[in-house]
Amino acid sequence: MSLASEEPHATRDSDLGDEELRARLRKTWGTNGGLIGFLSTVDHKVIGIRYAVTSFAFLLAGGVLALIMRLQLARPDNHLVGAELYNQLFTMHGTTMMFLFGVPVGEAFAIYLVPLMVGTRNIAFPRLNAFSYYVYLFGGLMLWGGFAFSIRPDVGWFSYVPLANLDFTPGKGPDYWAQMITFTEVAALAVSVEIVVTVLKQRAPGMTLDRIPLFVWTMLVHSFIIIFAMPAVMLASSMLIMDRLVTTQFFNADAGGDPLLWQHLFWFFGHPEVYIIFLPGTAFVSAIVATFSRRPVFGYLPMVLSLIAIGFLSFGLWVHHMFVTGLPQVGAAFFTASSMAIAIPNGVQIFCWIATLWDGKPVLKTPLIFVLGFFFIFVTGGLSGVMLASVPIDTQVHDTYFVVAHFHYVLIGGTLFPLVGAVYYWFPKLTGRLMDERLGKWQFALAFIGFNIAFFPMHMLGLLGMPRRVYTYPAEIGWGGLNLLASAGALLFFASFLLMAYNLLVSARKGALAGDNPWDADTLEWATTSPPQPQNFDRIPCLTSGSPLWSRDDDQPVVSGLKVDERELVVTSITEARPDIREESPAPSIWPFVAALATAAAFIGSIYTPWAITWGSPVVALALVAWFWPKTSEENA
Amino acid sequence: MARSVIDVSGLPTYAFGSRVTPWWGTFSFCLLEGTGFALGIGGYLYLAVTNSHWAKDAVPLNLVWSAVFTIVLVASTIPNFLIKRAAMRENLRSVRVLLLAMSSVGLVLVVLRIMEFSVLPVRWSDNAYGSFVWLLLGLHGVHVLTDVADTLVLTVLMFTRHGTGKRFSDAEDNAFYWYFVVLSWLPLYALLYWLPRL
Repeated sequence: MSLASEEPHATRDSDLGDEELRARLRKTWGTNGGLIGFLSTVDHKVIGIRYAVTSFAFLLAGGVLALIMRLQLARPDNHLVGAELYNQLFTMHGTTMMFLFGVPVGEAFAIYLVPLMVGTRNIAFPRLNAFSYYVYLFGGLMLWGGFAFSIRPDVGWFSYVPLANLDFTPGKGPDYWAQMITFTEVAALAVSVEIVVTVLKQRAPGMTLDRIPLFVWTMLVHSFIIIFAMPAVMLASSMLIMDRLVTTQFFNADAGGDPLLWQHLFWFFGHPEVYIIFLPGTAFVSAIVATFSRRPVFGYLPMVLSLIAIGFLSFGLWVHHMFVTGLPQVGAAFFTASSMAIAIPNGVQIFCWIATLWDGKPVLKTPLIFVLGFFFIFVTGGLSGVMLASVPIDTQVHDTYFVVAHFHYVLIGGTLFPLVGAVYYWFPKLTGRLMDERLGKWQFALAFIGFNIAFFPMHMLGLLGMPRRVYTYPAEIGWGGLNLLASAGALLFFASFLLMAYNLLVSARKGALAGDNPWDADTLEWATTSPPQPQNFDRIPCLTSGSPLWSRDDDQPVVSGLKVDERELVVTSITEARPDIREESPAPSIWPFVAALATAAAFIGSIYTPWAITWGSPVVALALVAWFWPKTSEENA
Repeated sequence: MARSVIDVSGLPTYAFGSRVTPWWGTFSFCLLEGTGFALGIGGYLYLAVTNSHWAKDAVPLNLVWSAVFTIVLVASTIPNFLIKRAAMRENLRSVRVLLLAMSSVGLVLVVLRIMEFSVLPVRWSDNAYGSFVWLLLGLHGVHVLTDVADTLVLTVLMFTRHGTGKRFSDAEDNAFYWYFVVLSWLPLYALLYWLPRL
């Protein structure tokens, strides 16, 4: 093993003053200019921002689809869009929001923030991180490109068979849908592995398990849920596309298959998916509540245990999406019980946050206001969720607008409100400038009022019997008034996001300067500059408590002895975070981009001929070899 | 002013096993791929229980090539173990020889897997049973193929000037993944080749 004594020539951080050290590290860890440099970057902050911008673009696109649907439903017997296009719209809306926005936006924040919060210089496997972004981007572009050229899936975001079988849905729409799943799940799985390894092995010395910020704990549990849930939908979508393209018989009841197998596999992923989307929201809430209450979150241990409990229980819920498929009663009873049980750890979290606010001195800035909105909306959605967990009620309102109201309360309340709060909260770290508070409060008012006007009436519509996924309804049935109200609310809600886009654009150029730590927060991302240097930290911090910034005096303890001209970071032990290795972090490389391009070509080609996999695989393999083959400059050990 | 409390300059730049990040990366991929196998097995069993035609569809598979495959695969854990040990001792000569051996064994296994496919009594399009047989055999075959490709590249690498230092850790990591390829086969073997005979 190579020890320092064998490498006397290397410059180390302890040899340099602060200014020279920063300049040298910037050079070592920076991203090159030009197109090749742009496509080769492995900086987690750059990739994280790309993930965020891309997922927000898909949010906007998915939102526009929702708005068109609301305009169509605003009055009875409307013919703004026909039945066929309406089917395509709700399929693309759900698919975009779940796969191209909901999951990747959580990954975006994890990629940007987790390495900063644990005090390291880059995410683990940074080239895989770059690869995952391009795969996600190409998957999204493929689905929307197909949409633009009239290759449009129209069988709902969960693509149930037999409707999605070739017999009932010829054309390429469901194939594009199924391959998009593969793209986005490959990306999400890769990011999850990176986050798990970053959290377990790259924490700053002294960040023992009980000093990990709740945000990071949440993202760790989130990543594990992805690792165990996403393979189900990848397997299922691959089986679906094989049924459609090479005549396998997995879901064909006439040849020994079973359409319900699709539902089991899909919801084995699909219910944890709800928590995959929701947990980042709780991560934002934990960070924002602590900072704006001016105290650590009440009940650290119950919070962490609740997170882990949610992780396990989220896998015991999937069958509650299938209560009307004629399951044995004992099965239904089990899944009712576990669906109700998961309310307990969620409740523990809510009460811990309330206790934190209660005991603290809440400062009502925009991020916290959005969190307060989250409490109201999410708890409302949780209550209708407890109702739906009961089989008799579920049977009555299955596939009605009651369910639509429920999951929008949970998903928008649980994820989107904290997310907007998170944008206001971390924007100064990304850009060095604060967002406008006055616009923020206006945005909240618009969003909160608009959301409730849009979605509350849907509970009533559902109880009145209005089914999901109908493109219109007759006037005599009497649903017109509530639908018009919902559509007006949807417009207000959409306007709140336009206001946010305006605020983002203006604040990025003219916002008040933020400084390193504008909110006086406690986690490590606020211990560095805004925006952070490519190396994140000039000197790696050492933790002596769980409150690294609030308990800090001027005498910040740090690590020394890392090389300055190579990308070295400290690998630590899992539980106690003792420094163990100086590992070299991979340098920028164009090959992840090339590998993603080749992967995309093979996947898209496979929709038209299975041989695309045969011919594409060696190209992908070559790109991977080039990616992993060591360069001379990297040979230091 | 920053105060240095820990000097890491004396720490190694690589190590073996669960101390390094690639081990945890490989471990995480084993978890997610293992989940994929488990769900595939679950789907097979689900149809075996729910489908009344299954007993008729599930024709037993030929035992010869699969038995040879399984014996060679299990036996390969011996050179695999030796590579792991040689890598940790940083014995370049042994690692080179053993990697050559493992590459050859891997290529033999790929051929044996192709033979398994060639004697299958069902096609993937015949019925859902056939689809599952092809899917599970193929899914595991892809794992064999990727690790063999990985081993071949690593073998070439160890014969170049790069075959030092951290590459021993990579060789150890590759051996770790091979155990997963072996272990994941055993339940599949029992399921595909023996369950229909019960």
